[in-house]
Amino acid sequence: MEPLSAFALEEVTGWGRYPVRPGRVQRPERLDVPAGEEPLVPRGLGRAYGDAALPYTPGGLVVESTRADRIRSFDAATGRLHCEAGLSLAEILRVFVPRGWFPPVTPGTKFVTVGACVACDVHGKNHHRDGSFGRFVERLTLRTADGRLVECGPDREHELFRATVGGMGLTGLILDVTLRLKPIESPWMVLETQGMPSLDAMLEGLRLSAAHWPYTVGWIDCLARGAQLGRGILMRGRHATQVEAGSRPAPRSRRVDVPFDGPGWLLNPLFMRWFNQLYAWSHGTALKRRLVSHDTFFYPLDAVGRWNRLYGRRGLLQYQCVLPRAAGPRPIAILLERLAAAGAASFLAVIKDCGPASDAYLSFPMEGTTLALDLPNRGAVTEALIHDLNATVVEHGGRIYLAKDAVTRAEDFARMMPGLPEWRAVRDRWDPNRRFRSAQSVRVLGDPA
Amino acid sequence: MGATRGIGRAVARRLAERGDTLFLLGRDPADLSLSARDLEARGAAGPVGHAHLDLGQPDGFPTALDAADRALARLDALVVTGGLFARQDELATDPARLAALLHANFTGTVLLCQQTAERLAARGGGLICAFGSVAGDRARRSNYLYGASKAGLAACLDGLDLAYRDRGVRVLCVKPGFVRTGMTAGLPVPPFAGEPDAVARRVVAAMGAGRHQVYAPGIWRAIMLVIRMLPRAVLRRVQF
Repeated sequence: MEPLSAFALEEVTGWGRYPVRPGRVQRPERLDVPAGEEPLVPRGLGRAYGDAALPYTPGGLVVESTRADRIRSFDAATGRLHCEAGLSLAEILRVFVPRGWFPPVTPGTKFVTVGACVACDVHGKNHHRDGSFGRFVERLTLRTADGRLVECGPDREHELFRATVGGMGLTGLILDVTLRLKPIESPWMVLETQGMPSLDAMLEGLRLSAAHWPYTVGWIDCLARGAQLGRGILMRGRHATQVEAGSRPAPRSRRVDVPFDGPGWLLNPLFMRWFNQLYAWSHGTALKRRLVSHDTFFYPLDAVGRWNRLYGRRGLLQYQCVLPRAAGPRPIAILLERLAAAGAASFLAVIKDCGPASDAYLSFPMEGTTLALDLPNRGAVTEALIHDLNATVVEHGGRIYLAKDAVTRAEDFARMMPGLPEWRAVRDRWDPNRRFRSAQSVRVLGDPA
Repeated sequence: MGATRGIGRAVARRLAERGDTLFLLGRDPADLSLSARDLEARGAAGPVGHAHLDLGQPDGFPTALDAADRALARLDALVVTGGLFARQDELATDPARLAALLHANFTGTVLLCQQTAERLAARGGGLICAFGSVAGDRARRSNYLYGASKAGLAACLDGLDLAYRDRGVRVLCVKPGFVRTGMTAGLPVPPFAGEPDAVARRVVAAMGAGRHQVYAPGIWRAIMLVIRMLPRAVLRRVQF
């Protein structure tokens, strides 16, 4: 079949559906950088919330990797997987979970490509123990701006590797990835949940669980204030053993879809308060233990296809920051108070303790506590709130996650990210003209418009 | 044949995952090799070999089929998803391109299926699955040249199934609607567009069920039923 030459304009947007830019999207089955000099932005499954995978220039070139999804090799003795960058975690799970292998790190959705996992250096519920995705990558093949095919890894072209892991796809097009999967005994997860009455209890719960549980996370009710500030549910889990899973058949994933944009009332304050009450009530503070599928444990939202549409046409702004352990619980409390004061800005926040930072220049996680929340997009008010939250984050030595960001100012980001000058220096060597450029890199990383 | 891209890639993966033994035919040896490794990793039984086959060069078919026969020990099914595609405006003004498309999609594919049917019948039976298109069910002013190549092929597959079923050869004609693949990249996406994985699941199920024709996505069966019955006067008036 001969591919067509013409490419129609598409509305390109992130998972938060804000902002939106028209772009020419190429989806090649053999991934490569198109001929010519035109700037381009690499893109995977479009799960970054903000403008990380949007072209800056209206009508700009977008190279989507999703059709470059072939497995190059898999070593069943070691779990080493060599695959093209467009292979999704969903596909890895579908193919390899039945054989007893699992991604070493997974974010809260499985609909992400391996290339994007590298570019965002994604983290998961096991960060306190295992670190971020880049730690499990042995080799990357990049097509760099000068047209060269470059292999990099922890032991080769290490500078380029450190700049590419977490580098938002801006050091070159990631063509293929070699990573290590981890062995599991069953497709089931042992899940423990427990209500936590306050922020201190939540942080303590995460800390105590971290020693014994490979996966931990907390959900916080953002509407609770005063003594109840930070209350929520602590979840911890591990892969079930063969004995625990017993003769249970493999779980089947079910999916429903949101076929249209949600009405405005859906996320109004009353609804959210009711939702949170219900949620808190359903759990109480009792410890509950059960077996769940890995889909239920890692990807509860993936069960609802296009759930982002619930936030209506204006979309949502997701906010995720991490604050260093040394700053203590105070800045987290400040952020939660700000959110509660802003009134139904968010109804749920995800809280998680992170382990040591990686040596990748722009990698997000650092030793401390991360907070992630969805903010319905109400325009300037919401943006002002984010700048306000950013001020607190900067003040306490924290940082924000580019994969979620759509509004952070360049000067704020520079203050958060001490590795930024070094990253720029590596990029100056590999892509001095900024062939790889996104709406986000122009907004926040100082790329030319 | 055609397993490196689009629907063919998805169908080959389904077959690999259920443990079939596979052999790939196509034009680009590097691409064939990449797909062969992919299918091996996904569970194909034994090594996946490949050989050169160009639908535009029927002289090479016997050699390619011999190679498949040897590698598979016994060839018992042929799946042809490969073919050429181009927009109507490109075909209308470029006779060479039109000739190449008609030659590959009709002449080449018919010759390949016919030869394979003979081979399979001689050893007691098998399956042939090839791809027509909803574009072949009723001519459209915007797509009749590609549609004609697929209409001709569909007629051949229909007859092939009648002629060889007694000798154990089943023939399945798949008629995809608009499917989001590299082939249709850049075209405006109509309603009811399908994804290659879903189409592949349907195709593999139809292979097992012994059907002679399947629309994918399934809704196109109903759509084409209506479109085939539209009076010509209506087609003239609406931009179809």
